[in-house]
Amino acid sequence: MIETLLAVLSKNALITAFTVVGSIIWISYWISDKFSAGRIHGSAIAITTGLVLAYFGGVHTGGSHGIADIQWLSGIGLMGGGMLRDFAIVATAFGVNLDELKHAGARGVISILLGVLVSFTAGAALAVAFGYRDAISITTIGAGAATYIVGPVTGSAIGATSDVIALSVAAGLVKSILVMTCTPLVAKFIGLNNPSSALVFGGLMGTTSGVAAGLAATDPKLVPYGAMTATFYTGVGCLLAPSVLYLAVKVIME
Amino acid sequence: MIIYGVALLGMCLLIGVFLGELLGQIIGVQANVGGVGISMLLLIFLSHWGPVKEKLADGAAGGVLFWNAMYIPIVVAMAAKQNVIGALSGGWLAVLAGTTAVVLSFALVPLLSQPGTQDKGTQKATPESDNP
Repeated sequence: MIETLLAVLSKNALITAFTVVGSIIWISYWISDKFSAGRIHGSAIAITTGLVLAYFGGVHTGGSHGIADIQWLSGIGLMGGGMLRDFAIVATAFGVNLDELKHAGARGVISILLGVLVSFTAGAALAVAFGYRDAISITTIGAGAATYIVGPVTGSAIGATSDVIALSVAAGLVKSILVMTCTPLVAKFIGLNNPSSALVFGGLMGTTSGVAAGLAATDPKLVPYGAMTATFYTGVGCLLAPSVLYLAVKVIME
Repeated sequence: MIIYGVALLGMCLLIGVFLGELLGQIIGVQANVGGVGISMLLLIFLSHWGPVKEKLADGAAGGVLFWNAMYIPIVVAMAAKQNVIGALSGGWLAVLAGTTAVVLSFALVPLLSQPGTQDKGTQKATPESDNP
């Protein structure tokens, strides 16, 4: 009987995902309501639950797609994959205030450049502190601290070893997960409560998944503003890291 | 017709991502440059354009609003498929590099944000947008 059930769930993977995610959200909002009187947002609990499940999924299967590597839950991979994520992010732009966007436009651009620079420098400095001395490894790890896409793109462009590339991906994943979980906690202290600061926030953080989840758990109204700038960050990072930033590291290290 | 809204959304995404890919090729990086951002701008502009606006008011908006509301569930699914083990397996350097980048970036938000816009407007999230 169990096999039949699992077969049905696997065959209808996306529907299974809708049902499972719906249940996670239902329980999370109930917990938020009952135990925190709504202080911790239901979506923050749901996202954290998702990450915890991803951890156990990874332990259980040894794969790299969290809970989606369990066969009957493979629909989570489709539902939470880049295609539907981007589709839903674009939908959040519906009803965006164009004036707010124009107003904070210049700050958005500055925040992207500064965001790449700051994260890169932090990652590169730590790589040096951990004993790396070659410009290629330092640059790749710094790029990973930008996002987990900038790291491997930069690493393969300048010829980093695969263990350094893996390290850069890990650094980017840590960043993305921290932004998902910590944003609602620090939002109050960094003034993250209006479109202008959300735009700056997206540009500084740059990890689309981190920003998307972090803002969703803070205030869904801010999502489109942060997502807008965040989607430019990875491209800018891929542009700067293997070129200007790599040369800068090379000059400093030699 | 709800499908008009869904199709509008799809069109915006496809055009935006296509332009993002082209932009990436033009500046010579192996990444999509702002594809989703361009899609969002496209949706904002198109939804204010006469003929589209008419259709949206005539029920098509439902197709956009559905996906708008599915955003948080999709993000929860995204969280559940993250490589959390991979993040932790990078060791201390990966954890410290990621953490330092996040802490510094958080600290910069108030410095770059416009002073005086705090607490304006979006503070009060409407209940319906909070529902999953």
